[in-house]
Amino acid sequence: MSALPMAGVPANINTVGLTKNDYRGAPTTLCAGCGHNSISNQIIAAMYEMSVLPENVIKFSGIGCSSKSPTYFMNRSFGFNSLHGRMPSIATGAHFGDHSLKGIGVSGDGDTASIGMGQFKHVMRRNLNMVYIVENNGVYGLTKGQFSATAERGLELKKQGANPYMPVDICMEALISNATFVARSFAGNAKQVKELLKAAFAHNGIAVLDIISPCVTFNNQDNAHYSYAWGRDHEEPLHDITYIAPRNEIVLERELAEGEVREVAMHDGSVIILKNLGKGYDPTNRFEALRALEEAQRNNWLTTGLIYVSTEKPALAETYNLVDTPLNRLTDADLRPAPAMIDKVNALMF
Amino acid sequence: MNKVVNDFSITVGTKNGSGSSTANNTILRAIFKMGIPVSGKNLFPSNIQGLPTWYSIRASKDGYLGRRDELDIVIAINPDSFTRDLASVAPGGAFFYADDIKLPITRADIAIYPMPIKELVKKDPNIPADYRDLVGNMIYVGALARMIGIDIEKIQAALTFHFKGKQKPIDMNFHAVQAGMEWAKANLEKKDPFYLEPMNKTDGMIMADGNTAAAIGSVFGGAQFVAWYPITPASSLAEAINDYMPMLRKREDGKHTYAVVQAEDELAAIGMTVGAGWSGLRSMTSTSGPGLSLMTEFAGLAYYAEVPVVIWDVQRIGPSTGLPTRTSQADLSFTVGMGHGDSDSIVLLPGDAFECFEFGWQAFDIAERMQAPVFVLSDLDMGMNQWMSKPFEYPKTPMDRGKILWEKDLEELKGNWGRYLDKDSDGIPYRTLPGNKHPMSAYFTRGTGHDEYAKYTEDSSVFIRNMQRLKKKYETAKKYLPKPVLHAAKGATVGIIAYGSTESAILEARDQLTRDHGMKIDILRVRAFPFTAEVDEFVREHEQVYVVEMNRDGQLHQLLSLANPEAATRLISVAYGDGLPASAKWIREGILAKSAGEKKSTAKKPSLKKSNKKGAK
Repeated sequence: MSALPMAGVPANINTVGLTKNDYRGAPTTLCAGCGHNSISNQIIAAMYEMSVLPENVIKFSGIGCSSKSPTYFMNRSFGFNSLHGRMPSIATGAHFGDHSLKGIGVSGDGDTASIGMGQFKHVMRRNLNMVYIVENNGVYGLTKGQFSATAERGLELKKQGANPYMPVDICMEALISNATFVARSFAGNAKQVKELLKAAFAHNGIAVLDIISPCVTFNNQDNAHYSYAWGRDHEEPLHDITYIAPRNEIVLERELAEGEVREVAMHDGSVIILKNLGKGYDPTNRFEALRALEEAQRNNWLTTGLIYVSTEKPALAETYNLVDTPLNRLTDADLRPAPAMIDKVNALMF
Repeated sequence: MNKVVNDFSITVGTKNGSGSSTANNTILRAIFKMGIPVSGKNLFPSNIQGLPTWYSIRASKDGYLGRRDELDIVIAINPDSFTRDLASVAPGGAFFYADDIKLPITRADIAIYPMPIKELVKKDPNIPADYRDLVGNMIYVGALARMIGIDIEKIQAALTFHFKGKQKPIDMNFHAVQAGMEWAKANLEKKDPFYLEPMNKTDGMIMADGNTAAAIGSVFGGAQFVAWYPITPASSLAEAINDYMPMLRKREDGKHTYAVVQAEDELAAIGMTVGAGWSGLRSMTSTSGPGLSLMTEFAGLAYYAEVPVVIWDVQRIGPSTGLPTRTSQADLSFTVGMGHGDSDSIVLLPGDAFECFEFGWQAFDIAERMQAPVFVLSDLDMGMNQWMSKPFEYPKTPMDRGKILWEKDLEELKGNWGRYLDKDSDGIPYRTLPGNKHPMSAYFTRGTGHDEYAKYTEDSSVFIRNMQRLKKKYETAKKYLPKPVLHAAKGATVGIIAYGSTESAILEARDQLTRDHGMKIDILRVRAFPFTAEVDEFVREHEQVYVVEMNRDGQLHQLLSLANPEAATRLISVAYGDGLPASAKWIREGILAKSAGEKKSTAKKPSLKKSNKKGAK
């Protein structure tokens, strides 16, 4: 049985023969207590537990505190720390190099909801096969504490006064742009972050994770919507989420009874188990998802969980009918037309 | 009246969107098929329908295919531009016009031919009412053909090509051509001197626009990823890739070895292109001035992170939105200095449709060899107009994918490698590509400071070392770049340096200067930046060097002066940019104005010491 360790193999080795250490990155240079670090740790845990080969992942980011974090996990994965707000385009192009690879993109609220809003919305439309994490703290950290576009109206920050503008809701923007997987979580809820990361990774297409990730230096006052304290007080999980790897039905039968759970079958054979918390929430219903987000806005709830998922739409590469061999392994023979074709082309000119 | 044979211009003034391009291309192609060297230039407005537009055709037995300033034959179909068109005809020229335009004819020094286009089309039962305006253009083709002697069979060949063999439109249009011919035969008396007579000077040649040539060249170069955003005059380049890819890269399994993505803007277009280049694809984008401006930040990233990408800039005239449908050579300075901070650029400068094809595939080899962005500067005239060309030639060298380490290479190195290590002392490091399964293959790419192993650092000495290596890399680049083209003249002490689409007009201007002013001039057409040694040599070896280009500030002149400070006083700028393709006239006059009093020199080529003066007054 695959769940049990093989004889002679240490228990801390996963099915691709790696230890958790093999998923680590360079030591973080972010502030102690930064929500982003806990998210990096959950990425490490999720990838280890899912037995993902690091060479099968490409990391992407833009610019900002959040965008530094891909250095802090999965050293053995290729990474591209690109330009402010432009991670989606870099990731889109890179994906065509080897479309068997899965992207993990890490962005922030400035990188996504301000300078990168255009690319964010268009990468949703294209359904790039990537987990798009927004480490959302409502504030610009590296430039020392300016409002971001997700900051709540009325937020007061040192030197900035009160924020006069309405916030951008990243999940709402994603949903409206036809994202196929939209979730919100809270860095203070590590277990949920990890399970959502696994579900997002299993999703075939773009998976947006809007993770409220407090900035302990510039925006962690108890009354700020992006603080740990506010998150703990206002979190309203839609459900308890558990990711079940492919071919692990035994766990399913034993632990979860019919009726109180909802199952979402993922593209790779895995299953997301959503244990209802008295809400009967259906994340496959886009209309209901928009309603849930609207309700959260009106009531100042931090609604977390899998807000929306659609497993039917083709991911970007599938719409291009690519050869099975990764494009970056093709040779002259595949790429340069035969010599006879030059005559054909010349004949087509006048 | 002396006959003028195979050496005149035809300009058609119509309304944009009136379907005249079929008629004008038919004239152009028919002349080409008669074996007469010919060029066609569309001088069009930024508009979909209604504004005046001109199409200028030049037949030249001597092969001068630059724009001709003198308008010999003018065909006026557009009432809005009628008065201007009439005034534009050179003395002794000919003026054809649609006789439904009831405006005064004020010229007695030219031949005047009214044509009852509307009437002929209206009473012809073979032309459906819906098609009258479109097909009506063919009446002037017929009348012109009759008056100057365009071969009717060649017109049919041109129409067959244009309509891809579809008989119905071919017949309908050909019928209208014949109607125009017959009417002219019966009603017009020849009063102008212009005649076409068959030659054999286009044998074995093709006609192509530079954007199509660039697209096909890119496909033969193994293009795998194209991201683009629509912009005049570059759109037809990416569209031609879409047209030719399926045919040229067809596989039995029906699957694709490439992807073409229309991005949401030029930021995303270049971003995707950089992403794909980084992951190991032959990756390109095409744009024009405003798009290139948007691409600046990514170009800097590609420079510093060392990512191969090919960026075609089909130049139009700026600044800002400028004249979106007019040509220019004014993006050179911008491209050369693109990006904040210190940077270098590799710029290829094709001169015609054939070189658009050549540089189409070569640009990928250079980009991947150098791990750097390669800009290719074409222009609207080259990109969108039909140019006579040698047939495209199959690439002579295999694809150069540059320095890439795959799993077996890393095995041999025992995983010991550094992304930015100058292992070969040529400034070019090795790279790995995503998907490489060797556990030591991955590295973290960034636009921030990095050491030889791609690790983040702000260490001053590491920064300097990396910047010096980049400098060395761009020095290495010179040996991979196309050499300039020299048109030598015996005993010349004066030179012209230029680049791009102006070559034909410059050759014509030189011949005129030699004929009328005894000036012997060598011409060097630069084909790449950074300049190779041949360019500096040419500057050294000439008393005066006129730098001819289509812009206001003499950008190439500035770059040459920077590269050859000791020769700066001998470099003379002849720059002019009005959005129209270069003509021999402005080049000739520009050079004469700058060399007023220049004496006919037969002196030997000067040494550096005695050659530091401009032409004396």
